[in-house]
Amino acid sequence: MKVLIYGLVTGIFFGFFLQKGRVLRYDKQLGALRLIDMTIVKFMLSTVLVGMVGVYILKDLGLVTLSVKPTNLAANIIGGLIFGAGWGLLGYCPGTSAGAFGEGRWDSLWGILGMLVGAAIFAEVYPTLKTSILTWGTFGNITLPQVLGVNHWAIVPIFLVGALVLFWWFEKKGL
Amino acid sequence: MDFREDNGWSPYLAGALSGVVLVLSVWIAGKFFGASTSFVRSAGLIEKFFNPERVSQIAYFKSKVPKIEWQWMFVFGIFLGSLISSITSSSFRWQALPDMWENRFGTSRTKRAIVAFLGAAVAMFGARLAGGCPSGHGLSGSAQLAVSGYIALICFFAGGLVVARILYGGR
Repeated sequence: MKVLIYGLVTGIFFGFFLQKGRVLRYDKQLGALRLIDMTIVKFMLSTVLVGMVGVYILKDLGLVTLSVKPTNLAANIIGGLIFGAGWGLLGYCPGTSAGAFGEGRWDSLWGILGMLVGAAIFAEVYPTLKTSILTWGTFGNITLPQVLGVNHWAIVPIFLVGALVLFWWFEKKGL
Repeated sequence: MDFREDNGWSPYLAGALSGVVLVLSVWIAGKFFGASTSFVRSAGLIEKFFNPERVSQIAYFKSKVPKIEWQWMFVFGIFLGSLISSITSSSFRWQALPDMWENRFGTSRTKRAIVAFLGAAVAMFGARLAGGCPSGHGLSGSAQLAVSGYIALICFFAGGLVVARILYGGR
């Protein structure tokens, strides 16, 4: 029960900030994919940067454990491209479709229904995928520091600087 | 132009605060953000209502058990949080068609419904194959410096860029 309340409260805060950042809108999501409005990229990268620093500090203090998704090259790449194509058509991702409905953009409801169907179809074909695509290029739960053989704090600052340069460029170009 | 858009916050600020929420969630509840698995569980719950025996035999529903858990409440919370934020800032707008869509494809709601529905089904299939969506891979994965997160995120945008270009042309 407690874990359900944590989920709800966390979601409310995240949904609140997503709405404040105006990233729940089709126009913002397609704006990024058309390379004319980088609002969602600014939002996502800011979340990632704060998350990266915070999570790795807590990890070093032994307070949290990572939960790294496996790198399955074929599945990550093919699935990622398929997701991207569908995302371009819908203009919302799974989390933002719920949020978009919350601010009244009710075309997201078609998205939520379509996603339920897509999930059901995936469950049907999963046994076939499990013995094919999902076995191609599997590397386990690897992180960038592991692959490069360096400490994570050697990589985090590079990301920070890279993102700040990107932000500066976005603002300069008015994106 | 919609003047109410000006009620928003800087995406840097709103994004950074979401990062704080992510860190606190990992610390307090041990949970990273994600969303797409909840659609699998929901699909399973709906199918279970009609045919529980069949659902119990589907392998994918054995690893993603159809039930309400942390992430499902998280996704529901996103809906509530957005509702609260939009109503209290008068940016809630009951809208059938996004402005950009309407300018390009006209006022047919049926056309938007079909494209959104099909796009969503394709997107969710892809997300489950990739092992996550922009929340799970894009935010949680990237924040943990996960290789899978960056690969998936790049491919999300690559696929989206191509489709956006087909739909809207260059610029």
